[in-house]
Amino acid sequence: MKNGYIGTILRVNLSTGSIAKEPLNEKNANDYVGARGLGTKYFCDEVDPRIDAFSPENKLIFMTGPLTGTLATSSGRYNVVCKSPLTGTIEASNSGGHWGPELKFAGYDGIIFEGKSEKPVYLYINDGVVELRDASDLWGMDVFEATHALEEKCGNQFHIATISKAGEEGVLFAGVMNDLHRAAGRGGVGAVMGSKNLKAVAVKGTGSVFVARPQKFFDVCTAARKQLAAHPVTGAGLGQLGTMILVNIVNGVGGFPINNLKDGSFDTYADDISGETLVAKHLIRNKGCYGCSIGCGRRVEIADGEFKSKGEGPEYEAGWSFGGDCGVHDLGAVCKANFLCNQYGIDPITMGATVACAMELFEKGYITEEEVGFPLRFGDATAMVKATEMTCKGEGFGKIMGLGSYRMAEKYGHPELSMSVKKQEMPAYDGRAIQGIGLEYATSNRGGCHVRGYMISPEVLGIPSAMDPLVTEGKAATLKVFQDLTALCDSTGICLFTTFGQGLPEIAAMYREAVGSDESDEDILLKGERIWNLEKKFNQVAGVEKDTLPPRLLRETLPEGPAKGKVSELETMLKEYYEVRGWNADGTVPETKYQELGM
Amino acid sequence: MKQLIIKPEVCYGCRTCELVCSFGHYEQFNPKMANCKVYEYDEAAVAIPVVCLQCEDPACMKICPVKAISRDENGAVVINGDKCIGCKMCANACPLGNVSYHPTLRKVFKCDLCGGDPKCAQFCPSGAIQFVETDADSDRRAFIGERFKELIGEEK
Repeated sequence: MKNGYIGTILRVNLSTGSIAKEPLNEKNANDYVGARGLGTKYFCDEVDPRIDAFSPENKLIFMTGPLTGTLATSSGRYNVVCKSPLTGTIEASNSGGHWGPELKFAGYDGIIFEGKSEKPVYLYINDGVVELRDASDLWGMDVFEATHALEEKCGNQFHIATISKAGEEGVLFAGVMNDLHRAAGRGGVGAVMGSKNLKAVAVKGTGSVFVARPQKFFDVCTAARKQLAAHPVTGAGLGQLGTMILVNIVNGVGGFPINNLKDGSFDTYADDISGETLVAKHLIRNKGCYGCSIGCGRRVEIADGEFKSKGEGPEYEAGWSFGGDCGVHDLGAVCKANFLCNQYGIDPITMGATVACAMELFEKGYITEEEVGFPLRFGDATAMVKATEMTCKGEGFGKIMGLGSYRMAEKYGHPELSMSVKKQEMPAYDGRAIQGIGLEYATSNRGGCHVRGYMISPEVLGIPSAMDPLVTEGKAATLKVFQDLTALCDSTGICLFTTFGQGLPEIAAMYREAVGSDESDEDILLKGERIWNLEKKFNQVAGVEKDTLPPRLLRETLPEGPAKGKVSELETMLKEYYEVRGWNADGTVPETKYQELGM
Repeated sequence: MKQLIIKPEVCYGCRTCELVCSFGHYEQFNPKMANCKVYEYDEAAVAIPVVCLQCEDPACMKICPVKAISRDENGAVVINGDKCIGCKMCANACPLGNVSYHPTLRKVFKCDLCGGDPKCAQFCPSGAIQFVETDADSDRRAFIGERFKELIGEEK
């Protein structure tokens, strides 16, 4: 096809070994765009939401968008869609790097994996040649070992998406890693892949991606790139300091959570683990995903000491989870823990937050030194790294931490100490100091998550316009727009980070010229709202718990900092949110809403 | 005259150059049709953009049996598709591998500086590929002057 899409979907049945190439469902592509939206549509049409996430009935869908692999800035993205074993919700986990574009160059918009293989396999894709191959010798390998082994077997021009032992053994927050360091990290998509005995997908392609109106597409992409280059966040801040730039900024508004969200400000310690310090002391070089003009990736080396190591990252959220949330301000330890997560393919947000929860359980005496194997106290960098490593490798107490903080805390009788929503850990912003992000955590269709509607933009960074983080007024309406726009952005195949410097007009323009549509900006944004409601519909049938926050955010006031004395005023915002979404007062979606959205 | 220069030390491996090159020449996004290529080495943490720098004494031009390769007014060594017989000798003769053969297009291709305004340089976000006026006093050695300044200079 010549409209951003390739026009072919690979359907791989792991139970029977059959591989079919089927034409892309063009109506669904039009209605649900691509990547996150289209993958979810395929999934919801084919899978009963009530299934067990680890049953062969769960499917695993890798999907690109119409802008993936094009000149649209940061177009290296694809999504992995399945039912999450961590949350029980629909999951669309988003990753960058070069793997997604390569899948399109090989001639496919996406891959639908069904069933479960009897023995370990990997999928080999070399343009038209698609084969399931034996992966017995790769089973048990970590991400780096498996990637290098597959490059050796297939050729170094192949791009590899793989899981590690953590995914094979069902760590509930194991991700899929591609191009060594890029992660479809959240929600346990790697554990679902492991449950299917699917180790990896190796892909190489020589084909092209065409767009509908080439010259106009080129013009709008060029204009958007200039705009991003001129913007202080996308043109300077993120490239120079990476996402860790946020440590000092968020700490400044009192929203950088400390010690499993018990405390509220990292006072003088924040700068020890800031983006500025990372660049000054440990940065080797920036790294960019495919077609990216931002280059926020960090190649980092801890040259010496106890945590001597080298790798990519950490992102701000990992900097927080292993740093502030565990009371650790040793940047070497934070980096080391993050590199372990990359190597073993697990989500560093849930990992760090689970260690933090274990630290609180330990300090309160709910778990013993005997169970853990060593004292696990806030601020102990060595213990934090050790706990992470044990989880990565599935050793001892690590097996319990591999369940995530909710199931772990529940096991010890204190689920209220898990800082999670729908059993997924909230990231690095306190919903008491930044009210809107709390509403986002509560309403996100995949549990505790910041990248479904990044309210930090208006509430902290003042983008596109500033909102007071401490008030609730207007947050619901703004969040709805952010969630819908994000669903659209994720589904086109470009990076959410571009939305610091570009908005609906630019994304809609690129989408129109790529697919050859004349729809208005509003009609295109409506696709985002449709995707949001589809995800919600799945969750409703799946029986996902109601939208709320951990009791700590609702009842315990922040003890210090600019937001001292605040709790999350969730109920107020939630009521307003359901109204602006056009949903019932109890958060369910009326049939009429689906009809209105043409679902 | 302007020349393409590469600065691998700042390349972060986004491969926008490959994308925009293939699009500029064929209106499609396909790294395998690009006249430039980025090689990434994970362990060493480097990415190296490789592109034809238009030799003063081009082997491709010398070996072409039908004189299909010439230098244009922008200094680019270009292939005339009408004259080319597809013998691929140029691709074999280039000591740097900067002439390629594409099996689907069934033709040889190399950098033509996009007619005087190379898109790879225009779109490179990191400055790893630039199209600049160069003279004998290259800024490449300026850094050593800076080092000496720091070492023996008075200003603190």
